[in-house]
Amino acid sequence: MDTLEPLIAEHPFFKGLEKSYLELIVGCASNVRFDAGQFVFREGEEANQFYIVRRGKVAIESSPPGQKPINLQTFSDGEILGWSWLVPPYHWQFDAKAVELTRAITLDGKCLRNKCLEDHSFGYELLSRLVPVLGKALEAARMQLLDVYGVQQQR
Amino acid sequence: MDASNPMIPQPRKVKRVIRETHDTFTLCVEPEIHEQEKLFKPGQFNMLYAFGVGEVPISFSGDPGKPNLCHHTIRNVGTVTRALANLKAGDMVGVRGPFGSAWPVKESRGNDIVIIAGGIGLAPLRPAIYALLEERDQFGEIVLLYGARTQEDLLFTKEFETWRGKYGVQVRVTIDSAGPNWKGNVGVVTTLFPGVRFDPANTVAMICGPEVMMRFAVIELKNCGTAEKNIHVTMERNMKCAIGFCGHCQFGPAFICKDGPVFSFAEISPFFGIREI
Repeated sequence: MDTLEPLIAEHPFFKGLEKSYLELIVGCASNVRFDAGQFVFREGEEANQFYIVRRGKVAIESSPPGQKPINLQTFSDGEILGWSWLVPPYHWQFDAKAVELTRAITLDGKCLRNKCLEDHSFGYELLSRLVPVLGKALEAARMQLLDVYGVQQQR
Repeated sequence: MDASNPMIPQPRKVKRVIRETHDTFTLCVEPEIHEQEKLFKPGQFNMLYAFGVGEVPISFSGDPGKPNLCHHTIRNVGTVTRALANLKAGDMVGVRGPFGSAWPVKESRGNDIVIIAGGIGLAPLRPAIYALLEERDQFGEIVLLYGARTQEDLLFTKEFETWRGKYGVQVRVTIDSAGPNWKGNVGVVTTLFPGVRFDPANTVAMICGPEVMMRFAVIELKNCGTAEKNIHVTMERNMKCAIGFCGHCQFGPAFICKDGPVFSFAEISPFFGIREI
């Protein structure tokens, strides 16, 4: 039976990971598929997993009361989706919806959280890979907040 | 009028006005017959004078291979650009130029090209795109990463399919804010990098957009492995005379109007992003 190991091992996020850690992660991984318009997760739900988008596109949305959903950011091929599984109280802060047919690898965040507690070296390894992802997301959010195109000077 | 004096605007007829978006338009200005030989280079700009109102520097946005009509894409954001926005076909506009440095199109032959544009920044890059496509076989991969505020702010979208289909350009578009009907990417322009095919070590990059955006684009390119000398940016400051006399557009040791607006990032990196400059 084919395993997800080659796919996960080659992904930049996991590249160079020690074999025992990789096996552990593969044990927590499975394939998922979302049709266009299908929710990947909903705001307020328990966040017990995260995703590696293999092919497709997922939009992070917010739905203010009485308004149409606002698409805040999209995640495409190869990107890591979701970090609420790592931060108490482990609930999704936004909706995530497939914009088109999307195939992804889902990783059991609850299982990985427990493994991080048991093995701090593994925890450090995983977090040192996740922090840059969070840093990029924060950077991008700040840039969006700046509304740089709205105040651009004319040349 | 003295046509040889670069400080004196020459009256030119507006041949056509193209409404690009809700706040952006393109003036198609007819040059004098003898001026058609005075070709502009991609990246250069003209000073456009709205009679009795004022003058603004506006980049060329049309095809440098078709100099019979000069295109200037303008965002209506101030007094002068508002006056220019009110012009109709047949009206007159004052023109000085072309001025400034150019995108290194010919110098980039044999390389992959990554073009990164933000908002109206696609306009000064479009002549470079036309020039690249004119001799498409001289270049490897050509990538266009384009970010804008909303779907309604995207420029020249009708041309994207031609660039993709006919010339194999990797065109990737993203917007900062989207409604439910948008099926494309949402996020800042640097999020478009993953999955793009180019050889960073043999790439020439051309970037135009807000300085904050350019700063992050440069960081991303350098992280990929593109050398500073191969990254070119176009700078904006308060240009007035356009010939390096008045000093309004001083940027460190350079004048944007005379030494720029297109710079190699290696030239200006010591001054880039410094608040006081």
